[in-house]
Amino acid sequence: MTAPVAEASAKDGALLQVRELDKHFGAVQALYHVDLDIPSGKVTALCGDNGAGKTVLTKTIAGIYQPDHGQVLWEGHPVHIRAARDASRLGIETVYQDLALADNLDIVQNMFLGRERTRNGLLDEDSMERSAKETLASLHVTTVRSIRQPVASLSGGQRQSVAVAKAVMWNSKLVIMDEPTAALGVAQTRMVLDLIRRLRDRGLAVMVISHNLNDVFEVADRIAVMYLGRLVVQEDASTFDRQSVVEYMTTGGLSRSGGTRTQES
Amino acid sequence: MARAPRRADEPEAAPDLTAAPADVAAAELPPEVVAQSLGDYARGWSLRIRSGESGVLPVIVALVIIAVVFQSISNGLYLTPGNIVNLFQQSAVFMVLAMAEGFALILGEIDLSIGYVGAVGAAITVQLVQPGGSAKWPWWAAIAAGLAFCTAFGALQGTLITRLRLPSFIVTLAGFLIGNGLMLIVLLLAFSGFPSLSGSDVDRVTIYNLMWGAIDPTVSVIAAAAVVVGVGGWIWWSDARRRRSGLVAPPPGLSVIKIVLIGVTAAVVVAICNQNRALEPAINEGVPWVIPIVLGVFAAWTILLTRTRYGRYVYAIGGNPEAARRAGVNLAMVRTVAFALCALTAGVGMLLFASYLGGMSNNVNGGSQVLYAVAAAVIGGTSLFGGRGKPLHGLLGGLVIGAIYNGMYLQSLDVKYQFIVTGLVLLAAVTIDSVSRRGSTSGSVARI
Repeated sequence: MTAPVAEASAKDGALLQVRELDKHFGAVQALYHVDLDIPSGKVTALCGDNGAGKTVLTKTIAGIYQPDHGQVLWEGHPVHIRAARDASRLGIETVYQDLALADNLDIVQNMFLGRERTRNGLLDEDSMERSAKETLASLHVTTVRSIRQPVASLSGGQRQSVAVAKAVMWNSKLVIMDEPTAALGVAQTRMVLDLIRRLRDRGLAVMVISHNLNDVFEVADRIAVMYLGRLVVQEDASTFDRQSVVEYMTTGGLSRSGGTRTQES
Repeated sequence: MARAPRRADEPEAAPDLTAAPADVAAAELPPEVVAQSLGDYARGWSLRIRSGESGVLPVIVALVIIAVVFQSISNGLYLTPGNIVNLFQQSAVFMVLAMAEGFALILGEIDLSIGYVGAVGAAITVQLVQPGGSAKWPWWAAIAAGLAFCTAFGALQGTLITRLRLPSFIVTLAGFLIGNGLMLIVLLLAFSGFPSLSGSDVDRVTIYNLMWGAIDPTVSVIAAAAVVVGVGGWIWWSDARRRRSGLVAPPPGLSVIKIVLIGVTAAVVVAICNQNRALEPAINEGVPWVIPIVLGVFAAWTILLTRTRYGRYVYAIGGNPEAARRAGVNLAMVRTVAFALCALTAGVGMLLFASYLGGMSNNVNGGSQVLYAVAAAVIGGTSLFGGRGKPLHGLLGGLVIGAIYNGMYLQSLDVKYQFIVTGLVLLAAVTIDSVSRRGSTSGSVARI
């Protein structure tokens, strides 16, 4: 654990820096001294087996949970994220696995849900539609036929795209995505991975939680692995291979050649 | 052994769930959001109808069938101007109550109390304008008091439902019983016969005229023309502006058709209402006040639900409460206000009913009123499962129930047959809806 983390924390100026984060629920220690850096312009993949603490960590960053100890630095300054609203204000948006879209509303209505623009007390649909259209176009989401179609009529990948567009529309700097490709077919997965790359190319920090190592290796610039509430490794994706990630995920370390691999990098 | 092939299939089958065939996807799109021309729109529309997304079309068809059947068995009495106006008046109560119930249904809740809560409000209003007592109120104050009671009662029920997380079915069932009791208490105050609206003082006459008064024929024509020009102009102007700025907008032909339909409907209604409904030489003509009252409720709630943040949140909560919560919507507040608005609207509906009856009595059955209200909303196309529904559905569904009620009444068929026929129509409405949806390949989540 020591070598990679020390190396990573030396990179100062990461957009989000998590330091020594602890969180327990009753007797269960969900997070233990977690250190994590999320730099801008990079896709960081967070891997780990079920129960490793990925979701607790992301929910802590997103303001759903409060940490017991530890610090979160945002653009170098310590911050206290007490609610999802605080996270949004900083520029942290989370796309949860269930996407949180209302099927009966259309794309524009979903993208602006909770932050509708009004004029004279009535909804300013024209202005909202224009902004939604611009955001979708900038993300090259072009497969939807009309942005006024209800979300119920979209495919899984399109829904994911709408959820992402909803997240980036608010000048967000960090987008956290929970299992973005879990329920998708091959073509849809490709669409979402392209979208993730586009967010990175815009200079956003992206954190992707995924079980799917194919996707992780395809899209991630950095990989962080959690094991039983600890962040055991975070490194450039090029220093890992599938074998080593699986080993970190299942045992929390490398039994044979792991130490040498990380030193090589 | 038997399991092995199935397991092998799974990775293949799973991705297919997310990919919808092109025609299914097309059928789920409202034609007005993708059509570039009138032809496109017609094609999209027929595709949707064939795939079970028929909108209000079945209701219109049902109304035509009802009209033809009753017209033929009533020897032409059904579609006389006098009876059509009568039919509007009877439908008005169902329409307003169905629009009230719509607030609860769109949220995915139900309000069983609206019949009796509205009846208490109406009883308060009617009692307050009775002469003789020291506390005779002017008609507007009496109406305000009745509606204020309804709103407060609805807000209280909404608070119990949202703060204590009690099921709306049970809370409003209790409200139903309590309302029934309160109605009897209010009616039996200082008992000297049930309160009636047959008097010559301005207060009682005004409330009586809510249902039975009519607007002067000339004024009716001018007012209807003004409404058509106003609404039509607004539709044309806003559609044209959206087309100019490249936003999703219906093709110009469709805007024209909408405006023409509104104009024709208004012209027909006014023409019918301006016929003399009384036997010669008596004169009773003009648009009854109840029509603008119902249209006012309809317009107000349509604007509230489709053009304000509040309405957007009502639909969002009905569609996905969790999404609304994460978006920062105050669910408890939106729901509580919806129950208050539901009860307020019910107060208007039952006030019209009191006016229709010419008074209030212990015979007023708020129980069957609420069931008719739910039936009307569902017949019109509102979903019982939340997220889908419009005030227009209440309007059309109320008209269907009123049309049946009126037709059976005209045949002097007993009330028992009326119940049975209305029940069958309700069953037919939900069956057509459910079967056509199941038959369609679009099995998406919103389709319940």
